[in-house]
Amino acid sequence: MEKKLRILIAKPGLDGHDRGAKVIARALRDAGMEVIYTGLRQTPEQIVNAALQEDVDAVGLSCLSGAHNHLFPKVVELLKERGAADILVFGGGVIPDDDIPGLKVAGIREIFTPGTSTESVIEFLRSNAQQ
Amino acid sequence: MYKDEALERVRQEREKWEQGGLKKVLSRFPEQKESYENSSGVDVKRVYTPEDIAGTDYVEDLGFPGEYPYTRGVQPTMYRGRFWTMREYAGFATAEESNKRYKYLLEQGQTGLSVAFDLPTQIGYDSDHSLSKGEVGKVGVAIDSLADMEILLDGIPLDKVSTSMTINAPASVLLAMYIGVAEKQGVPLSKLSGTIQNDILKEYVARGTYIFPPAPSMRLITNIFEYCSKEVPDWNTISISGYHIREAGSSAAQEVAFTLSDGIAYVQAAIDAGLNVDNFAPRLSFFFNSHLDFFEEIAKFRAARRLWARIMKDRFGAKKDKSWMLRFHTQTGGSTLTAQQPDNNIVRVALQAMAAVLGGTQSLHTNSRDEALALPTEDSVRIALRTQQIIAYESGATETIDPMAGSYYVESLTNAIEEKAMAYIQQIDEMGGAVKAIEQGYMQREIQDSAYRYQKAVEEGRQVVVGVNQFQIAEPAPEGLLRVDPSVGEQQVKKLQELKARRDNVAVQTALDELTAAAQGDDNLMPYILKAVKAYATLGEICDRLRGVFGEYIAQDML
Amino acid sequence: MLNNNRPAWWEGFLAGDMRSLARAISAAEDQPALAHAALAELGGRLGRAHVVGITGPPGAGKSTLTGRLAQELLSRGFSLGLILVDPSSPFTGGAILGDRLRLPDISGDPRVFVRSMSSRGSMGGLSRATGDAIKLLDAFGKDVILVETVGTGQAETDIVSVADSVVVVAVPGLGDDIQAMKAGILEIADLFIVNKADRDGADKTERELRSMLRLQEQAQGEWDVPVLKTVATSGQGIQEAVDTLRAHYDHSEKSGGLRERRRNRIRMEINDLLGARMLRELRQQMTAADLAAAADRVIVGEITVYQVVDQLWSLFANSAVFILRGV
Repeated sequence: MEKKLRILIAKPGLDGHDRGAKVIARALRDAGMEVIYTGLRQTPEQIVNAALQEDVDAVGLSCLSGAHNHLFPKVVELLKERGAADILVFGGGVIPDDDIPGLKVAGIREIFTPGTSTESVIEFLRSNAQQ
Repeated sequence: MYKDEALERVRQEREKWEQGGLKKVLSRFPEQKESYENSSGVDVKRVYTPEDIAGTDYVEDLGFPGEYPYTRGVQPTMYRGRFWTMREYAGFATAEESNKRYKYLLEQGQTGLSVAFDLPTQIGYDSDHSLSKGEVGKVGVAIDSLADMEILLDGIPLDKVSTSMTINAPASVLLAMYIGVAEKQGVPLSKLSGTIQNDILKEYVARGTYIFPPAPSMRLITNIFEYCSKEVPDWNTISISGYHIREAGSSAAQEVAFTLSDGIAYVQAAIDAGLNVDNFAPRLSFFFNSHLDFFEEIAKFRAARRLWARIMKDRFGAKKDKSWMLRFHTQTGGSTLTAQQPDNNIVRVALQAMAAVLGGTQSLHTNSRDEALALPTEDSVRIALRTQQIIAYESGATETIDPMAGSYYVESLTNAIEEKAMAYIQQIDEMGGAVKAIEQGYMQREIQDSAYRYQKAVEEGRQVVVGVNQFQIAEPAPEGLLRVDPSVGEQQVKKLQELKARRDNVAVQTALDELTAAAQGDDNLMPYILKAVKAYATLGEICDRLRGVFGEYIAQDML
Repeated sequence: MLNNNRPAWWEGFLAGDMRSLARAISAAEDQPALAHAALAELGGRLGRAHVVGITGPPGAGKSTLTGRLAQELLSRGFSLGLILVDPSSPFTGGAILGDRLRLPDISGDPRVFVRSMSSRGSMGGLSRATGDAIKLLDAFGKDVILVETVGTGQAETDIVSVADSVVVVAVPGLGDDIQAMKAGILEIADLFIVNKADRDGADKTERELRSMLRLQEQAQGEWDVPVLKTVATSGQGIQEAVDTLRAHYDHSEKSGGLRERRRNRIRMEINDLLGARMLRELRQQMTAADLAAAADRVIVGEITVYQVVDQLWSLFANSAVFILRGV
């Protein structure tokens, strides 16, 4: 039986722009994945809780408000604390190139900046999000 | 507008051309696209002729600027009398920083202020709230109390400068703070001019900075209408917005339709609350996007004006001409900006700004070239402002009113967009109005479908985005972007502690208690909010009391 | 049955670790044989949870209602499992599971476990894995398990196969919703809830439901199916709804109705599992190419589908006898 990839798409923090997150969610569904979309205003704790209960392969974080340097690493940290460092974390939104190395060091595997195609996100997940 | 015989002659000649010269060329060189459909679903023809506007009557459908149905503009002299207000949306970090940026922009020739607040402020949280961590000062200025507002507007004469504040759920509180500063400056409220966005419906649909559920939110909005109609008569109490709906992915026709539907809901709510339509309608204003398709956008603005005028006159029976006028602010489309080759954005913005001017906007914000990446630097925002000034002073576009009128294409598009928007509005009416449509997720679904279709079009190459899916270059990471100092959060927390130590906390508690009691009843809440604000209650304290009474909205996203 | 092949999550599951439970449910979806073996060993822990199915048409506010019921149950001290089912795309097999976000924030409470499941193409709206997931939550020790379904197609009748109490949610103003309710829905409901009861037409909907219920015979030992009104967004009517659900559970236990339902469920499940197992075994006798060839023969009229199945069956029966008799 082919295992379906389960991906959590989350909007951490107060940012209310969800067009990108929803487009990605749909694209992943069209690629045959199961996508749990958390909706807006998620705290890192809520995101990690959901990731664990839903037993996802990867967590995608979308943030356009500039709060990514605080929020994204917090999610990675909490996953580690809860013994789930194996869950892949990736992100997207309005994230300056300068911030990307720091985010990667903090454990976010990939950052998809404006102009990224949904195809590249699908490819990335298919290649990297295995259990 | 044309005699039948003349039209018949045109038709004959057109058919000759189609069978002759056109056919010859098409057989050897097919056109670049198979279908030329615009965002609104209108099939864009190769060529437009008088036939396409045969049913349009100049006097009934176009009229004259400053007269019903205002298709050609809401003032008789438009830009020959006064240019649109040039107001660049600005704000970041602390009130001190933003105050500096406002003074810079005013020096550079901007004619009005536009305040951007950070997310905690927009959602009614103080900078020391747990959810505010990492967000303070990032997308706008952090305002926790009247004390911050005083710093924000320091040295800015409120009787001379009109201020637009992009604030929605807690608009009443920020308006009260603005009034508080005006009183300290000794400016009578009758002289205050400005706008609060105050459009909660689009928050539920497309923007996400809601706090309370729809019913109490509508109450707050109608309270503001009533209060300002008496106390601050020159204030635009709402900026019914389509900008964000378009940014979330809607088409141009949907932008008009969903915005005007929201407008209908607000007007109805105010009438239901006992207000006379002519007492508040003149101070309703709108906010639209100026997006990629140059002519579709111009047509959109004209269609919106005509449609709203008809709605106000026929549906709501408004008697004053000011009640029929759709006055609007425009912002060029943020979602059209690219992170790749950012200087290209200057060109995009110039075209979009021109469309807004040719569409008759009252106020304009032009995006800066670096805004796909960060908030604008001084240099970038200066170019954005210069774009407006060049259009105003050099391009000649402002020397006559509504220059696109009479264009077979633009008039035909104006008619088409009005028709399509009307169809959506009717559908929403059948659902029971905008609030019901939002509850059922109708607007959200339409927008998401549209957004997904656009994404597919870009990824399949049918929609070219210059520099992104064609004409790419290898480029180094951009430098010199604006970064908000991360210590802003700590600075604000400290300020809050100092404020709470030096203010009269008994007076604050009393004011908050009175507000809470009033919220449970039917009184207009503005006076109570004013009292609390002037006692230096914080935004978070006031909103928390209201949360206690009104509850919080739980999003019902539909995917 | 598991013997030495205990899955990595086994110990954690027994110790009450949330992630282990999550992994067990994933096994139910992806490694059913393993999950079944685990459930076989957990047999002694099954049957203690009150399983509540919540079904109804789209737009009825089921998710909000489920969240409110959950909050109320939590406040009464029950530990909870929630399963939220969304349809999968028939074309891609993928799904967007968006019900979780409509719940109020209860997921932070350690006594609550929320899982989103796709119907994975099952016609009934509930996949076989959902039934297994319910059992796992039961074995884990959850007091009440709420299962919220898609509410279209046969999902409504499917829910009977897993739930002790079935809640059917109606909402006023969705057209002739009562008349449009499919046959069978009236029979399966243990409780009707008219949600969004602050809307016009709520009283009418309630009356219509009551009159239709009066017309129908009491099947299960005198439980009078109540019709309640709620406004899930404000919490109105929720306490009464939970009272009623627990009363139904108590009533079923006392009257023997619960035991009877579970017996029926087990009978159905044995049939289903047996059928699925036999199908799997049978299909091993026939490759995809064989199947395609057989279909071609049927199309040209050489053979009928019935003869194909007969032939397959005799093959299987013979080989089974072969194995049993150890030749």
